[in-house]
Amino acid sequence: MSDIVTPPALQLRDAALGYGGHRLWSGLTLDVQPGEFLAVLGANGSGKTSLLRAILGLQPLSAGSLSVAGRPARRGSRAIGYVQQQRRLDPSTPLRARDVVRQGLDGHRWGVARPGRVAWRRVDAALEQVGAAAYADMPVGLLSGGEQQRVRIAQALVADPVLLLCDEPLLSLDLSSQRTITGLVDRRRREHRTAVVFVTHEINPVLPYVDRVLYLAGGAFRVGTVEEVLSSATLSELYGSPIEVIHTGGRILVAGVPESARDAHHVDHDEGIVP
Amino acid sequence: MTSMTLLLESRIGPDVWHQIFNFADYGQLLSLVHNSLVAGAVLGLVGGLVSSFVMMRDLPFAVHGVSELSFAGASGALLLGANVVAGSLTGSILAALVIGALGSRARDRNSIIGVLMPFGLGLGVLFLSLYQGRSANKFGLLTGQIVAIDSPQLHWLIATAAVVVAGLLVIWRPLVFASTDPELAAARGVPVGLLSPVFMLLLGLAVAISIQVIGALLVLSVICTPAAAAMRVTASPRKVPLLSMAFGLVAVLGGILLALGSSVPISPYVTTISFAIYAICRLIGAWRSRHGWARRDPAPRADSGPAPLIGSGQAC
Repeated sequence: MSDIVTPPALQLRDAALGYGGHRLWSGLTLDVQPGEFLAVLGANGSGKTSLLRAILGLQPLSAGSLSVAGRPARRGSRAIGYVQQQRRLDPSTPLRARDVVRQGLDGHRWGVARPGRVAWRRVDAALEQVGAAAYADMPVGLLSGGEQQRVRIAQALVADPVLLLCDEPLLSLDLSSQRTITGLVDRRRREHRTAVVFVTHEINPVLPYVDRVLYLAGGAFRVGTVEEVLSSATLSELYGSPIEVIHTGGRILVAGVPESARDAHHVDHDEGIVP
Repeated sequence: MTSMTLLLESRIGPDVWHQIFNFADYGQLLSLVHNSLVAGAVLGLVGGLVSSFVMMRDLPFAVHGVSELSFAGASGALLLGANVVAGSLTGSILAALVIGALGSRARDRNSIIGVLMPFGLGLGVLFLSLYQGRSANKFGLLTGQIVAIDSPQLHWLIATAAVVVAGLLVIWRPLVFASTDPELAAARGVPVGLLSPVFMLLLGLAVAISIQVIGALLVLSVICTPAAAAMRVTASPRKVPLLSMAFGLVAVLGGILLALGSSVPISPYVTTISFAIYAICRLIGAWRSRHGWARRDPAPRADSGPAPLIGSGQAC
């Protein structure tokens, strides 16, 4: 497996996305290489989730092209593992943790699952990787938020994706669970060269792992390293108003994001992490 | 205390008990209700199977709504002298299609059902009051009947049941996925929007079968209670439908066998057995959650922050 023959995990060429007359962003050209960790930041409504939907093949681009592992984006692509934000499952959900992981392998297929040891072995391995083997047989609805999120990561990884898409996976998790989840994601991309696209409103929990940042705001965007993008100059230019970015003690604090962009924008001003 | 017992005995008397439980000439009766037993077994199995998805998709209210329209269809057929099973199938399918088409979100769905249900029941009452035939037929559609199933009807029931089971087996895995995590299932390529009306249709067919045996008002005891009971004692996606089918079978067949000698309709027996199974499963479930499910005790739950409910809005 040499880098020369491996296509980028994600490739966007002059891509644009919008609804009706409203343009979310355009002219986006971006390669995410295997093993790379890309954080996607930006206010609500800046098109973060729409970007994910386009990568998942759920929404067509209005211009440009998008390919995943060298193939045009399509719905249900096996090359993508997808982790959503933590949402509390109903306690009576009739699935065990291992069944949720199994869904990542063949939950989309027609018919009834045939009993097979091979599939369950892969499920066990995925649960083992995220340290969730101890509660593999627990009803998933009885697990804590952090445990459920580990199980979801195992579900996203069990089919060995080339690209791991994470949509706010840390939301409503406590600090130690956030660390565990980001650590798991980082380990995966180091050991298996899985590319990671990590949508988050909060850069600090993933700061140690991020290779590049894609920052979306007001129809424009910036791509680059953390230092390049998360600077007072870049963000002020992007938002068109003065913004103060402070790098301190391994954390980044952003102040002055305009109200219109911030109403649901969670980049905290003085304290980085939502408790 | 003794005066109470006396009072009860004088009020109820041995006759009443005789009406509820009477096993004289049981063997002869059994051969008479052969069709009902077959229909009951089919209903128990299909009802149990469907009910696991009804619980997973949170559709008990839809079951009730569909059953009232199915009742309207059946009583319309009775009035016109048409096939009652075909009538209830028509009603069910129409209701399922309307609910499936208009109510993709839970809130919409419930209000549509709330509107449809009294309309269906009212239509049914109208048809029945116009109907001049045997009054047992009328009552039977609402609260169940035992000997009213003739062979052509039985064939309809079995054919319908076969369609429901075959349909569920085909869409099984994607339906489980779409029922437990619709957004993720959609992202993984599951046709979530298509599965919902298809399942409603299969549900409508299962309801139409139930009307014939247990009656429109009591359908939930076969197409909800069995899986609700099973989900109390297991979370295995394989065991829930199997247990649920076993519970459905026991409730319907047990109900028919107990009702055989009595002059009471079968439904009180079925609903009581079904309820008793649920109560027992709830007790077992309560014991299990206190003493720990599976290998691990679920006690430490401190690491979860306040989580938004499922279905809350996405970022953009």
